[in-house]
Amino acid sequence: MSGPSDFQPTNPALKWIERRLPIMGLMHSSFVVYPTPRNLNYWWTFGAILSLMLGVQILTGVILAMHYTPHADLAFKSVELIVRDVNYGWLLRNIHACGASMFFFAVYIHMFRGLYYGSYKEPREVLWILGVIIYLLMMATGFMGYVLPWGQMSFWGATVITNLFSAVPYFGESIVTLLWGGYSVGNPTLNRFFSLHYLLPFVIAGVVVLHVWALHVAGQNNPAGVEAKTEKDTVPFTPYATIKDAFGVSCFLLFFAWFIFYMPNYLGDPENYIPANPAVTPAHIVPEWYYLPFYAILRSIPNKLAGVVAMFGAIVVLAFLPWLDNARTRSSKYRPLAKQFFWMFVVVCIGLGYLGAQPPEGIYVIVGRILTALYFAYFLILLPLLSQIEKPRPVPNSIADDVLAKSGGKSATMASAAIALLVAGGLLLGGADGARAAEGGPKPPAQKWSFSGPVGTFDRGALQRGLKVYKEVCSSCHGLSFVAFRNLAEPGGPGYSVAQAAAFASDYKVKDGPNDAGDMFERPGRPADYFPSPFPNEQAARAANGGAAPPDLSLITKARSYGRGFPLFLIDFFTQYQEQGPDYVAALLQGYEDNAPAGFTLPEGSYYNKYFPGHAIKMPKPLNDGQVTYDDGSPATVAQYSKDVTTFLMWTAEPHMEARKALGLQVFVFLILLTILLYFTKKKVWANAH
Amino acid sequence: MTTASSADHPTRRDFLYVATGAVAAVGAAATVWPLVSQMNPDASTIAAGAPIEVDLTPIAEGQDIKVFWRGKPIYISHRTKKQIEAAQNVPVASLPDPQPDSARVKAGHDQWLVVVGICTHLGCIPIAHEGAYDGFFCPCHGSVYDTSGRIRQGPAPSNLPVPPYTFVSDTKIQIG
Ligand code: FES
Repeated sequence: MSGPSDFQPTNPALKWIERRLPIMGLMHSSFVVYPTPRNLNYWWTFGAILSLMLGVQILTGVILAMHYTPHADLAFKSVELIVRDVNYGWLLRNIHACGASMFFFAVYIHMFRGLYYGSYKEPREVLWILGVIIYLLMMATGFMGYVLPWGQMSFWGATVITNLFSAVPYFGESIVTLLWGGYSVGNPTLNRFFSLHYLLPFVIAGVVVLHVWALHVAGQNNPAGVEAKTEKDTVPFTPYATIKDAFGVSCFLLFFAWFIFYMPNYLGDPENYIPANPAVTPAHIVPEWYYLPFYAILRSIPNKLAGVVAMFGAIVVLAFLPWLDNARTRSSKYRPLAKQFFWMFVVVCIGLGYLGAQPPEGIYVIVGRILTALYFAYFLILLPLLSQIEKPRPVPNSIADDVLAKSGGKSATMASAAIALLVAGGLLLGGADGARAAEGGPKPPAQKWSFSGPVGTFDRGALQRGLKVYKEVCSSCHGLSFVAFRNLAEPGGPGYSVAQAAAFASDYKVKDGPNDAGDMFERPGRPADYFPSPFPNEQAARAANGGAAPPDLSLITKARSYGRGFPLFLIDFFTQYQEQGPDYVAALLQGYEDNAPAGFTLPEGSYYNKYFPGHAIKMPKPLNDGQVTYDDGSPATVAQYSKDVTTFLMWTAEPHMEARKALGLQVFVFLILLTILLYFTKKKVWANAH
Repeated sequence: MTTASSADHPTRRDFLYVATGAVAAVGAAATVWPLVSQMNPDASTIAAGAPIEVDLTPIAEGQDIKVFWRGKPIYISHRTKKQIEAAQNVPVASLPDPQPDSARVKAGHDQWLVVVGICTHLGCIPIAHEGAYDGFFCPCHGSVYDTSGRIRQGPAPSNLPVPPYTFVSDTKIQIG
C-alpha cells in the first residue's frame, strides 16, 4: 500500500504467483518494511488491538450464529442453550458479549488519541472520516447485536432506538414501520436485525481496509506531530511495531479476560435475563454504556426532533473536525491551551456518560444540558477559536530529535493513562448501576457465598438442600424451565450420580406425544427432560396468582440486582463482587414483615416485604421454620432455607460457573507469562533501534 | 534466521525469541480447541440420543417398522421362516462382506432383525422387502441387501450396520 515493493520471493512457485498477483509484495511493503515513526507511544497500539477485536467479534459471532435461532419465540431460549449445552458455549458467548464492550472501549481510546495528537489534520482528513464511518457502523452493529438475545432490555432498547426515527418530519411513522416490518417491534424486526448484524461487521472490515490504506498513504502521525523526513525518523514495521503491538495486545487481553472469566455480567443489564415482554416496560431503560453520552444528549433537549438531531449531530460533528480545528500544530503536546481543554472535554464526555445512566429528572437534567452545550461548544466554538488565538510551543525539528529530547516524560504518561483507564472503568459500570442506585429502600445485606470470588465453588450440600427446598416449596408456583434433570449429574452441579438424576427425573410426570394414535400422554420423566412448569401458560399462572405471574426461577439470580452506588461499584470491579442477585433473592425470602409500617397502605392481596421494590409483593411468605426437613442436620430455619435455595438458583442460572472460573485461572497464568515474555522481547528488539 | 554459530551456542536473545514464539504458538493452538469443539453435538443433543425402548408386539411376522434413534432410521423386521432360512443358508465366504446371520441377530431371537436403515454406499434409505433377495433395495444407486441386511449386489461396500441393542424382555428391545 506504499508504492511498488522490491520484494522478490526466491522460491520459483512463489515467484510464479507473485508475477501474476503481487500479494506477497503488498504484504511485505505494508506490514514488514513499512516505515513507522520511531517515537510512537503505547496509545498507538490500539489500532492493532482494534483489528484484533474485529477479528474476535467476527469469529465468535459466526460461531454463535451456528447455534442461535432468530425467532421471537426461540431466540432467548437458544441463547440460554448456547450457554448451557454447547461445548464452550458459555465461553464463546462471554467473549462476544464482553468483546463488544472491549471493542468500544478500545475505539474510544483510539479516537481520543487521534483527537489529542491531531491525527485528523491534513493530510489525514479522509483517514479520519473513514474512522468516523467505522464508528457509526460499529454503533449500528452493536445496537442490533444487543437486540438478538431478545431479553427485556433488547426489546425495549430496540423499541426506543427505532422510535428515534419517528422524529423525522412527515415520513417518521412510515420509516419506523419500515424498520420494524410490522406495527411494533416483533419477529420480523428480530429477523432483519440478525441479518444486518451478520452483514455489518464485514462492511466494517471493508472500511477498515480503506482506513489502513489511507493510513499507509499518508503515513502514521506520531506524538510529536511532525512528519517523518529521513530514515532516522522511522523504523521498519516488522519487527519494531509488530512486537510492540503484540505486547499491547497481550496487556489488553489480560483486561479482556478479567471480564470474560470473572465479571461476565458486570457490563450487562440484569433486565436482559428476563425474556422480552411487550406488555411490560422495565423501570429504567438504559442503553449499553458505550451509547450513554449520546443518550444523555438526546434526553437533555426537551424537543423530540431537536433531541434526535443533536444526538446524531454529536457524532457527525466529528467528521468535520479537520476543518473546525485550523491550528497548524498537530500535537496537543505543544499546544498549552488545547491540551487543557482536551482533558476538560474528556471529563465532559465521561460526565455525559454518567448522566446517561441516571434517571432523567431534577439536577441530572440541568447538568446534562450544561454538558451538552459544552460538548458542542468544544467543537464549534473552542477549537476554531483556539486555532486563532493560541500560541503553540515550538515543535521538534524531527522525530529523531523528539526521541533524543525525551527523558522523564514516561511516568507522567503512565499516570495519566492509569487515571484515564480508571475513570473510563467507572463510566463502564456507571451505566448499569446508575439508575438502580437511585431507587432507595434498604439494601440487601451482602452475604458470604461459597461461590463468590475468583476460585469460588458451589457448596454441594447447599445445592442438594436447595433443590429440596425448590422441589417442596417453590416448584408449586415457579418453573425452572431451562434446567434439565440430566444437569443434576453434571460436573459443577449438586454432585448427583447419573442414576440418582434418572431416579429423580422418574418421580416427575412429563407430557409427551403424540403417540401412534395421535394422543398426548404422560410418562415418567427422563434425564433429558426439563423441569416441568407448574402452569401450562402465562395466563394460567397469572389467573392462579392474583394477577402476578410467578417468574421462572432458572435465571432469577442473574435477572435481579440492586444498585451498589458510587464508589462501591468501582471497587466491585476489582474485588469481583457480583452477587447482587443472590443477595437480593436471599434477602427477599427473609424480608417479610407481618405488619406494614405505619403510614404504608398495603394493596389488597399483597404482602409487605422490606426488600421488594415498592414493598408490596403478591407472593405470600413462602418459607417458615421447620417447613422442609433436612436429612444432613442443617438447621431447618428460614435463614438456612433461603441461603440454600439461593445457592441452588445461582447454580441453575449459571451451571458452568465453576468451569468458567477454573479456565479463567489457567488463562490468566498463561497470559501473564506471555505478557512478561513479550515485554522482554520487545525490549530486546527495541534495544537495536537505539 | 539463525546463523550456524548461534544455532550451536544459542544466545540469550535467541532463547527469549524462541520461548516467546513457542508460548504464543501454544496459546494459539489452545484457543483453536473451543472453536472446533463447539461444532460437536451439544449436551441436549447427546441427552436426546439416550437409549429408546421399542415394543415388538405389534409387529406381525413378515412385517417391519421403522423407528428413529439419534436421528437415524432403524428397521426392525419380524422375519418369516423362509427369510431366516435364506439368511442362514448362504455360503458366508461368497458374500462381499462376509458375516454369518448369527452375528447379526441376537441368539434365540432369530426372527428379529434390527439394522440401521442407512445405505452404506452414500446414505440413502433402502426400501424394505424389495430387491432380488427379499431384503432391502436402495433406489439411489441400486444396492441390494438380503434378509440379514447384508450387501449382495451394487456399489455399497458393506452390510447394513446393526445398532447396539438388547432384549429387555421377549417382546421389548432397548436400542442404544
Ligand atoms: S446410496 Fe444406496 S446405492 Fe448409493
